[in-house]
Formats: sequence, C-alpha cells, structure tokens
Amino acid sequence: MTALASGLALLPGDMPVWHARTGDGPWLEAAHRAARSGARLVALWGGAGEAHAAYALPEGLVWLSLPCPGESPACPDLSALFPAAGRMQRAMADLCGIAARGAADTRPWLDHGLWPDSRAGRDYPFVRVSGDGVHEIPVGPVHAGIIEPGHFRFSVVGEKVLRLEARLGYTHKGISRRFTELAPEDACRLAGRVSGDSTVATAWAYCMALEAACGTHVPERARWLRALLLERERIANHLGDLGALGNDAGFAAGLAQFSRLREDWLRLSKDCFGHRLLMDCVKPGGVAADLPPQGADALRRQCDRVERELGALRDIYDGHAGLQDRFLGTGRVDPPLATALGLTGLAGRASGIAADLRCDQPWAPYERLDVRMATHRNGDVAARVAVRFDEVAESLRLLRALLDGLPAGPVATPLNTPAENALGAGRTEGWRGEVMVALAFDAQGGRLRFCHAHDPSWQNWPVLEHAVMGNIVPDFPLINKSFNLSYSGHDL
Amino acid sequence: MWRLLRQIARAGIPSEAPPAADDALRQQTQDLAREILHTLGRALAIRVVDAGSCNGCELEIHATANPYYNLEGLGLQFVASPRHADLLLVTGPVSRHMEVALRRTHDAMPRPRLVVALGDCGCTGGIFGEGPATCGRVSNVIPVDVAVPGCPPEPRAILQGILTAVQRNVHKRGLG
Repeated sequence: MTALASGLALLPGDMPVWHARTGDGPWLEAAHRAARSGARLVALWGGAGEAHAAYALPEGLVWLSLPCPGESPACPDLSALFPAAGRMQRAMADLCGIAARGAADTRPWLDHGLWPDSRAGRDYPFVRVSGDGVHEIPVGPVHAGIIEPGHFRFSVVGEKVLRLEARLGYTHKGISRRFTELAPEDACRLAGRVSGDSTVATAWAYCMALEAACGTHVPERARWLRALLLERERIANHLGDLGALGNDAGFAAGLAQFSRLREDWLRLSKDCFGHRLLMDCVKPGGVAADLPPQGADALRRQCDRVERELGALRDIYDGHAGLQDRFLGTGRVDPPLATALGLTGLAGRASGIAADLRCDQPWAPYERLDVRMATHRNGDVAARVAVRFDEVAESLRLLRALLDGLPAGPVATPLNTPAENALGAGRTEGWRGEVMVALAFDAQGGRLRFCHAHDPSWQNWPVLEHAVMGNIVPDFPLINKSFNLSYSGHDL
Repeated sequence: MWRLLRQIARAGIPSEAPPAADDALRQQTQDLAREILHTLGRALAIRVVDAGSCNGCELEIHATANPYYNLEGLGLQFVASPRHADLLLVTGPVSRHMEVALRRTHDAMPRPRLVVALGDCGCTGGIFGEGPATCGRVSNVIPVDVAVPGCPPEPRAILQGILTAVQRNVHKRGLG
C-alpha cells in the first residue's frame, strides 16, 4: 500500500481509502507501480484545479491528487499504462482544462463544441477505415429502439464489422458542476440520477463518501436495509436484461416472461420502499424509511417465487437451440484482452476477471454474508447471460440472509458538520460493476468543492468496440445489450 | 418447446385494464383503442427520444410494453423512425448536445403530430435544471402538448399521458 506513493493518509469511513497529494513524478511512478502490481484504475477525473486518480488495491482504494496550476494546466499521461484512462483524461481536459501531456489521443470527448466556453470544434475527427469494399454505417444519436443517445460509427465489409468507434457525451448534463451548486445533503438526489438504473448503487456510494467526510456513523439497520435495496436493484436489472437479451436474439417469449417477473419485482419495491426503482430510498445518514411490518414476509415469498420461475426460464434459455446459436461465441472478449483493457464489473467477471467488491472488500453488512462471486471464462454474450443468471440466484440468497439477520434499531442518523476541506470516498458494487464517488468540501465546510460520481461504464465502453470486431452488424444490438452500459452515467 | 409452452400456460395472461385518460382534460368517456383505430385506421405510432435523461424514464417506458400494461393491445406502438410517428415521446432535460437531434426528429415527423414530455426533467428540467450544458424542459426546445410529471412517471402515468394527448387532439384537430 505505502509502496504506491508516499504520504498516504487513511481517510475515515466504511471503506479503506488512502489519500495523498503528489507531484508529477510520483503521480507517474504510482501509476507504474499500480500497473505492475495488477491494481485496477477505478477512476480518473479533474476537480478544483487538480487531477485525481483512484486505484483499487487488495487492501483498499488509493486516491491520488495532483495539483495542476498555471496557464495551461497539464498532468502526465496514464493511458499508455491503463487504456481506460484515455477517455477519462479527454473528459478531464473538456471539463477542467487539465490536459494529459503526451497522450496519443487528445480529441475532445464530452465537449461537442456547443457550450458557451467550448474549446472543441463541431466536427469530430473519426478514425477512417479505408480499403476495397469498406463502407461506413453511422448510427445515432437517436436510435431506432428505446435506448439512450450515442453515436456509433461502424466500418464494415459486407456484414462484417471491421471497426466500431463510439462517440458519446450526448447526455452530458453538467452533473459534476451541479453537485457543487446543490446543498450536499440534497445532492444525494442528483447522485441517484447519475444513472437511473444504478440509483441505489450511486446514492449509497455518494452517502458513504459524504458520511466519511462528515465523520458520521450510520446505524446498523440502515446498512442492512441499504444492502437489501442494492441486491433488489441488481435483480431488477438482471431480470430486465435477461428478457431483453432473449428478445434481441428473436425470442420474444423470453422478454414477456422476464418483464412480467420484473414488473412484479418493481411493484413490491414500491409497496415496501415507496419507489419502483428505489430512487431516493438511500439518503445521507441512513435510509428514507423502514421496512413496513409485513414487508419482510412479502419479500421472502417473492424470493421463493422468482427462484422457481428463474429455474424454469434458465432451462428454457439453455435448451433453446436458436437462442444459444445467437449467444455462443458472439461478442467475445477473451480474458487476456479483458485484462489488458481493464474490463470491469459484470462484463469483466464474464471474461474471467474475478473482481467483485462485495467479495474483495466486503463492507458492512457484506462482511457477514460471504458473497459467492459468479465468473465465467468465455467472455461472450452467453457468458454474460450465464453470469446474470448466477448473480440473480446469489442475490436471492443474500436477500433472504439480509431479511433473516436484519438488526433492530433506528434507520437514520443526522449528519455531523464536516471539517473544512474534508475529503470522502465511497464505493459499492452496483449491478453493472464498481461505482465510486469521491468528493471534497470547501473551506467553509458548507458546499462541495467537487464531486465525481464514477460509473463502471467508463471502463467498459471502449471494450465494447473490441467485442464487436469481426461480428456481423445485426449482432451489435445483442452484444451492446449484453454489456448494457450507461450513457448518462458516463456522459455526466 | 414443451417447457416453454408449459411456462407460458402457467404464467397465464396478466394484462390489466388500461388507465382512463386524465379526467381533468377529458370531454367524454370513450373507448380509446376503438377511437384510435377509428380515427387512424391503425395503431398510434410513437417515437421515443431520450434527450438527456438518466435512463430512469426509459426503464418505465419499457415497462409499458410488458404483459401487465400491454401497450400494443391498446392500439399503441413504438416505431423506429420519426417519419412513421404520430406522437413523439421525449424524456430528459434536453442536453445541449441533443437539442439539434431533438429538433430534427420533430421536424421529420408528418403533420399533425403530438409531443408528450415525460418526467420531472421533461416538465421542468428536474434536478439538473438549466445551465450551460442543459436547455432544461422539453418545451424550451419544441412545442409540447402534454407533460407528464414523475421521477420517473410510473407506467400507468405514461400511458395516461399518451392517451390524454391522443384523446384531446382527436377532438381538437382530428389526428390523422
């Protein structure tokens, strides 16, 4: 841990997080050491005149801040060591003006040349593929289906995709700036809307960061209820994806069955927690409301019902030749490629990368639950489907354990006043992968100087471009869905 | 195959009765599916544009097509192109980066056309507000017929918003 950088100080909070301020040399040296030791780059962002990087080590998170003063602020490039850093650095340049010195790709990323203070031009220089019979298919930002906006540029020969280049940033809403405008307690609502499908994961990470900065300890019952919400969010999303993946492979009956299960699931969430998608159920200091008296029984019964149906549907999926023909071998990211590119979360686990924060760094109450990680080595659509089935089964087990062990007591506590310039970081394992929030208070302790909410989609979007290579264009929606990455969570 | 048939038979048909159009806007009671069919001679074609949402609204739009709400059974259908659409369903505070795309989608629709803005963001800009990166509410960019609040609005509210827009306009301007 201390080998990564000098002057690391342990921050208070639920998760082990070390922080240090560095210079240019140690910044690069730490990245080299992290890469050599197999640490993952969790996030890289700019805030308050500094570049920030967060690395996941077995012992915990190391957060480094590099002051970048001057007329044209810059920091050393990390994308040669961590490919995922490329787009994060381009976003940092767009949002904070901190450039990555010596980076291979310095094109604007989130800046489309439409803000009052834009530095980017209107035309984006896509990488051209030329040769006999090569043509381009531009898609988006408005898509044929009901999905978020983004632009995809396919270079194809016949049906085969030679190269895919994505251009994102269409849903950029100025979230990082908005965090600094809102009162920190109210900004939890914003955290819950960074990516609507991961509202619990992001709000919890935000609260963890805020509570760490304020030195507030959340009551035990609130932690258990938060975990209950997080596992329910995971299952809701997996059920939706499993249906949609069937549908994208031409199996509409799968969509009908899974969307029925998902609807039952959301309705009980509404009955027990007050919101179908569980928005605003996690709040600073605890949770918004306690479980109603009959809630636990209803939740248990639903777990039993879904488990039965899931078994039947898995048999149907596994035994359906047409479906398996579309799933197997499609959109493959093999383990070496996944490791090289830093694939993370659910998609990473389907490509042999055994990382799940609930197992690697179990925070309360997960340290009591002994979470079993689901992994697969094939890295294709079929593997991502299999991991989803396995994770639903495991989360059902966790939900029962959480309900059985739910401690008594209050479900929220008021926040303490933060120290001036207090820092805080929080991490959770959302359904898509690790969500991290890092924030800093201002000198008065009343407002946030910066807040970065990091969705794992940042890491996985570039890998999607590799997963598609060599596949046929009609398989793109299926491959894309099997990753199901967030546009909003990435565009910020 | 028998497993699939058994699963389908066991699950049954969970479709529920559709919501009524909003009484505040309704002139008289009608059978909407019949009315849509009578006026258009086909399903109402809906084009969805996410103009910058957090994707929460999209999750609930998808839910309207599940067997409980059975959107297509009501004579409503999502289509892939604005050129086929009678109604534009817009979510999100409109990001600067989606402003042009939203205008062009709207321009590409045949007349007469309807616009429903969905969610607190579509109605007011929501928690994201207005700023250098966002245009705020949908009506700041294109004219809106019906705005449905909620964060996100639940599937019944979404259907109600669509049906309200249709019903009001069937009377007012003879959609189709």
